[in-house]
Amino acid sequence: MNRDFYSKLIFELSQPGRKGYKIPENHLPEVKLPENLKRTSKLELPEVDEPSVVRHYNNMSTNNFGVDSGFYPLGSCTMKYNPKINEEVAAHPAFTSLHPATPDKAVQGALELYYTLQCALSEVGGMAEFTLNPYAGAHGELTGLLVIKAYHNSRGDVKRTKVIVPDSAHGTNPASAAVAGYEIIEVKSRPDGTVDVEDLKPLLDDTVAAVMMTNPNTLGIFEKNIPEIASLVHAAGALLYYDGANLNPMLGMARPGDMGFDVMHINLHKTFSTPHGGGGPGAGPVGVRAGLEQFLPNPRVVKNSDGSFSVISDKKSLGSISAHLGNFAVEARALAYILSLGNQGLKEAGKLATLNANYVKESLKDVYCLPIEGVCKHEFVFDGLADKSTCVTTLNVAKRLLDHGYHAPTIYFPLLFHESLMIEPTETESLQTLDEFIDVMRDIAREAKETPDVVKNAPLNTPISHPDDTEAALHPIVNYTELTEL
Amino acid sequence: MKIYYAPSHEYIKVDGNVGYVGITDYAQKALGNVVYVDMPEVGDEVEAGEDFGAIESVKAASDLIAPASGEVIEVNEALADNPRLVNEDAMNNWIIKIELSDPAELDNLLDEAAYAKVCEAEH
Repeated sequence: MNRDFYSKLIFELSQPGRKGYKIPENHLPEVKLPENLKRTSKLELPEVDEPSVVRHYNNMSTNNFGVDSGFYPLGSCTMKYNPKINEEVAAHPAFTSLHPATPDKAVQGALELYYTLQCALSEVGGMAEFTLNPYAGAHGELTGLLVIKAYHNSRGDVKRTKVIVPDSAHGTNPASAAVAGYEIIEVKSRPDGTVDVEDLKPLLDDTVAAVMMTNPNTLGIFEKNIPEIASLVHAAGALLYYDGANLNPMLGMARPGDMGFDVMHINLHKTFSTPHGGGGPGAGPVGVRAGLEQFLPNPRVVKNSDGSFSVISDKKSLGSISAHLGNFAVEARALAYILSLGNQGLKEAGKLATLNANYVKESLKDVYCLPIEGVCKHEFVFDGLADKSTCVTTLNVAKRLLDHGYHAPTIYFPLLFHESLMIEPTETESLQTLDEFIDVMRDIAREAKETPDVVKNAPLNTPISHPDDTEAALHPIVNYTELTEL
Repeated sequence: MKIYYAPSHEYIKVDGNVGYVGITDYAQKALGNVVYVDMPEVGDEVEAGEDFGAIESVKAASDLIAPASGEVIEVNEALADNPRLVNEDAMNNWIIKIELSDPAELDNLLDEAAYAKVCEAEH
């Protein structure tokens, strides 16, 4: 494979007059187009032969890295393997050829899928009802907050203008709260990364609409004080929101509804396996406890007494947050995953995710700095290399991992540490894969001491080595014309 | 000019009734290469403890918190074209210049020694 040649831009392969197509002669009369609609400039398309086009795109596709290419320990993203049966189900023509406006009676199977998944998620979350309509996690957060707003408004309680989020929260929490029209109040974490209940207490009053929490939190630590926090939040008249970003290790073991959470969302594309990482499509279903169902968005799928399914709208609802019933193919994948694993399988998934994370953590904590000791859940955070004298940064370590064919972990998040390196192995990796990764991580730590320049100059084996990320952010070149004008 | 610091890593250099607000050298190091500074407009009012803009680096985006209240009388336009100036010399490339509305607020801020302790505790 000639990477250097075929990995050029397709415009760089262009040769004047070359083409790989033949358009049949036009036998039809010419259509008179208005002058202002006619193109006056040359059509700027690359002129290339068919083999060059095929080799160009085929080579480019091999530059992609996915969970199907190798180990992908990207913390907080849950890049678990996506079973291929999910794809088979989602690609079934009976689903893919559906028009969203087809009458209910002609799409009973699709509605049953929606309803069945809705019930399964309610069971997993310990909630009364779910909507599958939100298109992604942050969209779910926004929907959940609008449910909370609709609930407070329905009681005529309009003075609640604040949402409390922990300083360790995912950035989407404050962003969603701001989009929902709330002012954001930050609550501090204790040294072990959990929410400081004493810091939370004075913040709670009748101007607080909700408190958003993630459990296990962003550091992979289980928040043990949820029942106490829930009673404090409820005593203040506010609702407790569960960000389901880290639901994976809890599967079948603990339910947000049982802990006292009122509203939650689930990232189907994380916990219930669907390809993600390129910006979607995802799905962020939102669940609510009993008493809040009427505020969920429209449209909804209900089961009638005769066993049939209907799409309905409720007047008390917050309104619509999506065009139809969400990203249906993602819902199909999630249900396929849940039904293939079953009750016991889901429980095993959560346990294995936790075991794998702890195994990697304990195997590396002598050479990487572990700021929070103890048992983690599905992920954990190192604060860079243990030996700071080498000046090898987390960025260097992450780039060196690329040389070994691994996707880098999440770096410089969470912001609680300067050199965050966040690892989430997920449940689907074998002991051999984990051991190989651990060996490579230990090799990099050794290299940092013995030959630090090798690590600092990594990656050495990738198609692109050292792009100037600052310049790229400042002056992004997004098309070929801009490149040629340089 | 006397320099005061906020625990949120902004400084204010005070010259009479005018304050030059920027982020500290410690903050620019922690942020890494700065790629964008979101600044208010001249004439805007900023309030002590409230955000007046944001700063974005290759690693993270952070709010800029006003160390003192006042009216924005100038913004550092050079940062719009070249935000890297913050990395080159954070203490001299201020972000906004404000007319202080309540100089007594400065008493709530830290001096250099006290701020150094804050940074040490964070490290």
